[in-house]
Amino acid sequence: AAGGSGTVPGEGSGPPAPERVLFPPTFSVSEIKNKQRRHFMFLRWKQQQRKEKLALKKKRRKEREALGDKAPPKAIPKTIENQRVYDETTVDPNDEEVAFDEATDEFAPYFNRQTVPKILITTSDRPRGRTVRFCEQLATVIPNSHVYYRRGLALKRIIPQCIARDFTDLIVINEDRKIPNGLVLSHLPDGPTAHFRMSSVRLRKEIKRKGKEPTEHVPEVILNNFTTRLGHSIGRMFAALFPHDPQFIGRQVATFHNQRDYIFFRFHRYIFKSEKKVGIQELGPRFTLKLRSLQKGTFDSKFGEYEWIHKRREMDTSRRKFHL
Amino acid sequence: SSQVVWSMLGNRQFCSYKMTTKTQNFCRNEYNLTGLCNRSSCPLANSQYATVREEKGRCYLYMKTIERAAFPRRLWERVLLSKNYEKALEEIDENLIYWPRFIRHKCKQRFTKITQYLIRIRKLTLKRQRKLVPLRRKIERRENRREEKALIAAQLDNAIEKELLERLKQDTYGDIYNFPIHAFDKALQQQDAESESESDAEREEEEEDDEDVDKREFVEAEDSELSDFEDMDKLETSSEEEQEEEEEVEKKGSHSKSKGKTPLKGPARRKRPYIEIEYEEETEPSTKTKAA
Repeated sequence: AAGGSGTVPGEGSGPPAPERVLFPPTFSVSEIKNKQRRHFMFLRWKQQQRKEKLALKKKRRKEREALGDKAPPKAIPKTIENQRVYDETTVDPNDEEVAFDEATDEFAPYFNRQTVPKILITTSDRPRGRTVRFCEQLATVIPNSHVYYRRGLALKRIIPQCIARDFTDLIVINEDRKIPNGLVLSHLPDGPTAHFRMSSVRLRKEIKRKGKEPTEHVPEVILNNFTTRLGHSIGRMFAALFPHDPQFIGRQVATFHNQRDYIFFRFHRYIFKSEKKVGIQELGPRFTLKLRSLQKGTFDSKFGEYEWIHKRREMDTSRRKFHL
Repeated sequence: SSQVVWSMLGNRQFCSYKMTTKTQNFCRNEYNLTGLCNRSSCPLANSQYATVREEKGRCYLYMKTIERAAFPRRLWERVLLSKNYEKALEEIDENLIYWPRFIRHKCKQRFTKITQYLIRIRKLTLKRQRKLVPLRRKIERRENRREEKALIAAQLDNAIEKELLERLKQDTYGDIYNFPIHAFDKALQQQDAESESESDAEREEEEEDDEDVDKREFVEAEDSELSDFEDMDKLETSSEEEQEEEEEVEKKGSHSKSKGKTPLKGPARRKRPYIEIEYEEETEPSTKTKAA
């Protein structure tokens, strides 16, 4: 190993490296004791690697051109979405069992248009300015919603009152250090309760190139990428927040896009410039949610029956496994 | 000797219980009655001293006398005070009878404060407690990074636009939007006879389309109403004439060419009827020759 560093000519900090440096096969850069020299040799080794890689690429390209039409098709680059571990609970659109479940679960009255959604938005104790403003903006985005301040009331006591007054959904925005960081969405007549971690909340004034205020029209809803059973039920929860018949005149759309278990919420106004082109302009607040737990009944942290909890040690083991 | 102690600790030398701040000196001794570092409140510098302290919700009166100064183990005598506020005050008085006024008064004050905060503790435990969940730094960082990457991978704008165009194709918007090529495509999928009735419907829809045009915020109003109607008529006549595929293909092709040729007409392009009218005139001779 000591001989290896000696065999290479022209080393040293001054002169530039020669074009074709041949490292003897048993040579490893890490065996040089001198840090400066080791660094230098490593750089040279790196350069050589890069050159080889470039040469390989060129060769492959030439081969490809030479083959012309007969060349094998280009390889699809691997993405996380491509490599996603297949989840056995993925919903097949034609699945009867799922359809039957959905016809009989807690959202059936909504989807049968028997109930009109009425939402109560509240916060944790003593909300600070940002949270308050966020609640107000959220209330403009979701039609038929009301904001009430908490003032130290226990959730367990609020819920029966809400049910009595015909609310269908309850949203509690949790605040920490003056920014909203959690969301509890509870479907009221004993519906499921989902607890999310909320991040990157942007109020309307922080959004660049935003449009005017959202109008009173009922927006459309887009739910993207909710593929598994769990994702399906969460998607239905979100859909149940908005009234069933969107007013297309308003040209507003609320999007819940699920990507790698992060749900991005956006609110846009769209316009069809032509048949193949549509322009969208962002209004309204934006935030991202990550599901932490889904509970069967209404909010009850101690005795509730949890349908799904995010357990870090078990569920975060693979980078390519997602649950929504 | 308490004088000596005070002259040493209080003023000149170091006292480990003493905490100095800009305005005041505090005493950290646990038996201190007021918490300040004074000649009269220092438990080390007073041979006769008393305090009130609470342990696990019960208050005790601690007393120190000169006689026991030599026995550190027995120095502080402890008396349990009753839970009843007035009774406890009487007990203090009773135990500290013939003691200096200052100590008696301060003991009672301290006892009052202690009972008040105990009441508060009990009230607060009945209300909801805020559970503090510690953030794990590594996990937070990891999740933020993954969120950023997911955002980039999501390509939200494209996804939303695609979805909206899908919905337009699936005709969920019904009659609101009228893009003639689209409508003519549908006509082709059905039969020619039906396409005539559709073109009639289109005429009606175009009028609706005008109203929509005025509502749209993005579009600037350059063309006047009259020109709209003029072009409407042209479109009607042309739609009656043309019911062949080739013309639509040409229309599409000419439409794409048109962008380079007449840049002046740029803003008007959004209103499709007008564009097609321009090029229909160009292609008309060719189609007529074909028909012939």
